[in-house]
Amino acid sequence: MAEKKVTLIREFTKGLWDENPILRMVLGTCPTLAVTTSAINGFSMGLAVFFTLVMSSLIISLARKLIPNEVRIAAFIVVIATFVTVTDRVMAAFYPEISAALGPFIPLIVVNCIVLARQEAFASKNPVGRSVIDAIGMSVGFTLVLLALGSIRELIGNGTIFSLQIMPRNFTTWMVMALPPGAFLMLGFFIGIANWINAREKRA
Amino acid sequence: MNKSLRLIVVLTTVSLVSGFVLAILNKYTAPRIELNQNKALSEAVGFVIPDKKTCDVRVIEGLSFYIGKDAKGQLAGIAFVAEGDGFQSRLKIIVGMDARFEKIVKIKVLQQAETPGLGTKIDNDPTNKTNPQWFSEQFCDLAVGKEITYVKNQTADKSKTQIQAITGATISSKAVVDIINQAIKTHRAVYLNKVN
Repeated sequence: MAEKKVTLIREFTKGLWDENPILRMVLGTCPTLAVTTSAINGFSMGLAVFFTLVMSSLIISLARKLIPNEVRIAAFIVVIATFVTVTDRVMAAFYPEISAALGPFIPLIVVNCIVLARQEAFASKNPVGRSVIDAIGMSVGFTLVLLALGSIRELIGNGTIFSLQIMPRNFTTWMVMALPPGAFLMLGFFIGIANWINAREKRA
Repeated sequence: MNKSLRLIVVLTTVSLVSGFVLAILNKYTAPRIELNQNKALSEAVGFVIPDKKTCDVRVIEGLSFYIGKDAKGQLAGIAFVAEGDGFQSRLKIIVGMDARFEKIVKIKVLQQAETPGLGTKIDNDPTNKTNPQWFSEQFCDLAVGKEITYVKNQTADKSKTQIQAITGATISSKAVVDIINQAIKTHRAVYLNKVN
């Protein structure tokens, strides 16, 4: 019993670091690069993926024995697309400003590799509880990286975090950080640092 | 059950359930989304025709006009949405004209996704702490007997219908000018023709 509990926690924590979707598996980098121009955009994107991933994992894990192998990808995509549409419409109805800022990237969660990969690799083979915990871990890991990327890019590119002035008023903003090259630079640094920490751990 | 029949049944069921869920969701969110859009538009019309108390929408030859009237029921101004391509995104700008269609009252960028930090200054320039909306405010009270033109690296002369382009975003600035010129031309022709 005690052993099972440990593995459940492991199921959650692996998404935060060891199998972090962005830093370790480099999945879903398109929205990662595109929307992290500010902390709030990165965080909202993370939340949208969180909802989609957890709900899709729940439903697909429940129905895993009913879906024949031959049509599994088609069935997964329909389920994922349904939840993405739900997220998109609810955001447009209740948070029109965030919806306008994220633009086409909410509908594009449908083709986000993280969501489909978790269904294929995990939810379709594991019980419901475990699948949901796996999905929560993965999306929290995704959200944290997006939040960190967005915060740093907003801080250097605009002098603010969550629109709060952090840098001194006379700080010259680095425009490049708000532009696409800044996203590549920052993501490169993030993955580099993650690899460096991992390499050190292995040697120790 | 026959294998291929099973595939068909499963996929059909999944899609049916999905469609059903989305139909119910749409029933609840669609009115709210429309309300949001109308609210944003009516706020924008109020912004570009500051004197308006009431507003009618009139569609003439496929073009929409927002006709603002002041407290006494007098014509306060006419607004319309100008649309076109910017540097990297679709621009939507609402233009408020005076009652005689001779002068711009105010403009406001409704929708844009230009280069952050450069082209986005057409709407909001955070580097200009005293007046972040300096670009769109240049269009205030601009007489449009002639076409609007833009200048770079020199002071714009309002009497010559000039505005100052944004440094580093000449194409976005030019796009705004072109879109507004074009929209004024088509809307003025249709409106004056119909009203007089």
